[in-house]
Amino acid sequence: MSEISRYSAWSLARRAWSGARWRRAWRAAEPRPSYDVIIIGGGGHGLATAYYLAANHGITNVAVLERGYLGSGNVGRNTTLVRSNYLLPGNTEFFEHSLKLWEGLSHELNYNVMLSQRGQLVLAHGPGQMDVLARKGNTMRLNGIGAELLERADVQKLVPFLDYSSHCRFPIYGGLYQARAGTVRHDAVAWGYARGADHLGVDLIENCEVTGFLRDGDRVTGVQTSRGVIHAGRTAVCVAGHSSHMARMLGWRLPIESHLLQAFVTEPIKPFLDHVISFGAELFYVSQSDRGGMVFGGHIDGFNSYTQRGQLPKVQTVAECAVALIPGMSRLRVLRHWGGIQDMTPDGSPFIGRTPFQNLYLNAGWCYQGFKATPATGWCLAHTIAHDEEHPLIRHLGVDRFERGNGHDEYGLGLWTYKQ
Amino acid sequence: MLRIPCPHCGVRDYTEFRYAGDATKVRPTHGTDDVRAWHDHVFLFDNPKGAHREYWQHVQGCRQWLVLERDTATNTVGRAWLAREGAAS
Repeated sequence: MSEISRYSAWSLARRAWSGARWRRAWRAAEPRPSYDVIIIGGGGHGLATAYYLAANHGITNVAVLERGYLGSGNVGRNTTLVRSNYLLPGNTEFFEHSLKLWEGLSHELNYNVMLSQRGQLVLAHGPGQMDVLARKGNTMRLNGIGAELLERADVQKLVPFLDYSSHCRFPIYGGLYQARAGTVRHDAVAWGYARGADHLGVDLIENCEVTGFLRDGDRVTGVQTSRGVIHAGRTAVCVAGHSSHMARMLGWRLPIESHLLQAFVTEPIKPFLDHVISFGAELFYVSQSDRGGMVFGGHIDGFNSYTQRGQLPKVQTVAECAVALIPGMSRLRVLRHWGGIQDMTPDGSPFIGRTPFQNLYLNAGWCYQGFKATPATGWCLAHTIAHDEEHPLIRHLGVDRFERGNGHDEYGLGLWTYKQ
Repeated sequence: MLRIPCPHCGVRDYTEFRYAGDATKVRPTHGTDDVRAWHDHVFLFDNPKGAHREYWQHVQGCRQWLVLERDTATNTVGRAWLAREGAAS
């Protein structure tokens, strides 16, 4: 990165003084006929992969192909939470690696991604649930990740505005607190990785829809796009929501269904909620944005869909969760709600790694947890592409794991929990 | 709101129904030990963006299983008929 394009207090002061305009954060690249690596999908995962290919592995002849504009998909549609409170071997290390990368990301990218480690509290509503959280907390601590088990009185001291009344349907029993968890400014993640990758020589090509793959037998040699044919040494698919759609172009079926997840933000209010809170009686999570809006989300709508518009009954369910947890939210007005399309997998874990096709790599199936995994996914997928071998942190996430009976079920509830 | 034309009860909100997935899947032959066929049946999905034929059960109505045609890209609903008539009809 040249001195001119680096962001710093000095560059800010100089521009304020001289009135000089800021340079575009990245070039509008035109597609070239061939690249060493093509990454399909200019969202958080695709851009992070491109950045780490260049930064960690010196592979800079890379193009990121995006159908719309950079960051137009789920990286800008999530509830911005980051955490590493995972139980299963494999997940614990992977998500902790991700959280460590989040912690250094603003410096790494010279771009403020506004990480706010405000702490996340997962609630338990009964002794059984408390045991599960204790086990998870112990696992985290054995892996060197901090976690604190809180009793009801501790929870009440930390977040006094939850419903502690005697008549509430799901009385709060306790909770598990991870102090290093928090939120990140989601759009800035896409923009920061885009700018970082661009400075290292990666071509970011927008309005470029992939319409087919070039093949030589079982080897993928490039892609057909709305802007012409582009040849590639290696190709990676990072198109959350549309993974099956891509795979079909290869006559390949995936263990994935596309589902719609809604998220919500209320009108802004004064600082009220200092942490991220996850309800234990239903899937519901809430935090307050820097602007003051309460940002929250719940379950998927429940039937496979590629529409990015949610159904109203789910709005009601999620609002009921909000009020059951925080009665003070009952009079807030929802400012906006929106939908994103996510890949749902049988065991709730993603697929990253090599595929039955040579030189084709898949990153898909992130269910609810794609955003927090962005840096580690980019890191591990870049390694996998560079070495044609899975990074140790993602060896358990192969797309063929159900053929081998190796489902990776974080919550221990069995397969297909998203359908119940 | 997604509205489903139940052959018995008329057009009803989708919240009265339970969704049960792709109706075009065909079970492997009963008793077969072809593990690959079972894997593909249980775990793999066409998951199309566009025309989809799917099962719904009208749990809060006539309790019948239906086959519904729906466009997954727009949620436009097409025909619905009783599942006992077959998914292909």
